[in-house]
Amino acid sequence: MPEQRVITAAQAICEATDIAMAADPSVIVMGEGVADPKAIFGTTANLLDKYGADRVVELPLAENGFTGIAIGAAINGLRPIIVHQRVEFCLLAMEQLVNNAAKMHYVSNGAHRVPLVVRMIVGRGWGQGPAHSQSLEVLFAHVPGLKVVMPASAQDAKGMLLAAITDDSPVVFIEHRWMHYVKGHVPTGNTPISLDGPAKLHSGDDVTVVSNSYLTLETIQAVEALSAAGVQVDHFDLRVIRPLNVTAIVESVRRTGRLVTVDTGFTTYGVGAEIVSRVMEQCCLQMKAAPRRIGLPEHPTPSSRSLAATFYARSPDIAATIAETVGLDAGRVAALREQLTAGRESVPLDIPHPSFQGPF
Amino acid sequence: MNTAPQINQPQQAAFSHDLYRAMLRIRLIEEEIAARYSEQEMRCPVHLSIGQEATAVGACAALRRNDQIISSHRSHGHYLAKGGDLKAMLAEIYGRVDGCCGGRGGSMHLFDDAAGIIASIPIVGSFLPLGVGAAMSYSYTKQDRVCIAFLGDGASEEGVFHESANFAALKKLPVIFFLENNQYSCYTGLSDRQPDRPLTDLARSYAMASEQVDGNDVIAVYEATKRAVDRARAGHGPTLIVADTYRWREHCGPNYDNDIGYRSMAEFESWQQRCPVTTFAARLKRDGTLSDAAEKTLTVELTAEIAEAFAFAKASPFPDPSTVTDHVYA
Repeated sequence: MPEQRVITAAQAICEATDIAMAADPSVIVMGEGVADPKAIFGTTANLLDKYGADRVVELPLAENGFTGIAIGAAINGLRPIIVHQRVEFCLLAMEQLVNNAAKMHYVSNGAHRVPLVVRMIVGRGWGQGPAHSQSLEVLFAHVPGLKVVMPASAQDAKGMLLAAITDDSPVVFIEHRWMHYVKGHVPTGNTPISLDGPAKLHSGDDVTVVSNSYLTLETIQAVEALSAAGVQVDHFDLRVIRPLNVTAIVESVRRTGRLVTVDTGFTTYGVGAEIVSRVMEQCCLQMKAAPRRIGLPEHPTPSSRSLAATFYARSPDIAATIAETVGLDAGRVAALREQLTAGRESVPLDIPHPSFQGPF
Repeated sequence: MNTAPQINQPQQAAFSHDLYRAMLRIRLIEEEIAARYSEQEMRCPVHLSIGQEATAVGACAALRRNDQIISSHRSHGHYLAKGGDLKAMLAEIYGRVDGCCGGRGGSMHLFDDAAGIIASIPIVGSFLPLGVGAAMSYSYTKQDRVCIAFLGDGASEEGVFHESANFAALKKLPVIFFLENNQYSCYTGLSDRQPDRPLTDLARSYAMASEQVDGNDVIAVYEATKRAVDRARAGHGPTLIVADTYRWREHCGPNYDNDIGYRSMAEFESWQQRCPVTTFAARLKRDGTLSDAAEKTLTVELTAEIAEAFAFAKASPFPDPSTVTDHVYA
């Protein structure tokens, strides 16, 4: 078997876009910065030169307006990909997404389709603070009619973006900025990955763990350390926030009797809250321990690295929570935490740790 | 510049007759909705455009069948003027399976793809960028088509109007912003919401062509729109048309509301004297284009069509409740 090439998720996103544009002339890319020299962290690099300004459309600063423009174009048969450099910029376009993109197919009794992809990036670190680092996937996931996807690997970033572009429903495609750096063995060519649910990353019978986006990378590290310590985790990368498919997760929890969720957003009313609720509705009586949720605390993201130090859960925190759930004694929990922390001390907490760059 | 089509007298008479027929038809349909509304079988909000028929009819008369329009909550007139199916409209208002949305939208979401009516969207201004996006799709696919986005004076205050106008002008898209200034946003007058200056000035900051027109004069509306359509087809970009007109009935519902204190009876009556339908009928009669007998025949014919459409709507079944989860995703 030939050695597989390794590329980053950012490169994979760009490659998926290129492949989709080459395959279908109705695919266009629109956004603030898509045609500028930085090209959205490289994710739209060289597309302007290859496809021209009619298909790689640099936009005025008008998020709600251009989202509506994309919806109107999509109803008439184009397949626009909108790109926001931060999730927060898309908040200006919530009216169009919630009232029009999400409802057009339904209210037209199936006559209209809105094949729209809205890419947006979750910022983290380097003091970006309260309005450049929010992981607000649940705002979108609350609305029937929108699909919400959060890839955690280079393979999924490419394959799920390809699937999103050919999907006839509006897809919110949320990329964590620190996920852009992750490398993986990404197949060449047009290789979509269906948007039908979670991926199993590790098998075990002791506890079910459901993570998403960048925190899947932190969780992988925790799961490996736990495995070495004799705790076998059934680990799912959620990938698709809506429509939420919990079938495999429920089956897993029926077996393990334990559940930990790890998500990039706020804990309260978060992705974990929904998963725990769904699972409890179906297998409450099979639980051996109370479910646990890991997410963001009840305050905005502070800028200073001193204030932000405890804002994000990292692999030692995730491993400790999982270990507590399965009943490891305090000494072993502390040892796990220490072991995972030891490898990270050389790198500041406000930049991505190189151990998460893969290839995975 | 007058680019109104050079047509001979019989053609002009036939065209004028069509415009009159279209306005009278809308008037009679909406009056019938108002008359039957108290039966409480049309169980959705209705925003009647009685008094504003000339804007819808004059503007749509300048379009071809494959051109498109998009509208707001007050869309009945636009829908009918562009050729939307009457039975599908009424069945929708009655919440029936034969409604244009299959009962999922109600009066505020009318559309008819075959007639080029993209959508009606009841969030003020929300529909404007969709019209611009439709125009972008024509440019991208090199189709000779034009889109009219109808808006009210209230929508011109929304940020999304300015976002849409800026992009349309920047890209010289074949879209017309047709602003029906009926003077009120619900119960708040224009002078309480915007500084005193011509609404056409809104176009100037986007280097966009604009025209002010008497919105109760269907010929003037047609000619202004035709000029805008010609500019759009020639690649000269969007136009803002401001047409002054007046909503006779309450913001939402079948009644008159001149007694609740937001506008004067004298103001209402002055606009009623400028009724777009009756003033045009009088003009046609003066010209000898319309006889009393022909007018009566037309009214009888339209009344029969409308009665049949209401009967169709009321006889249409309700949608099957088991289909309520269909079409969430495509």
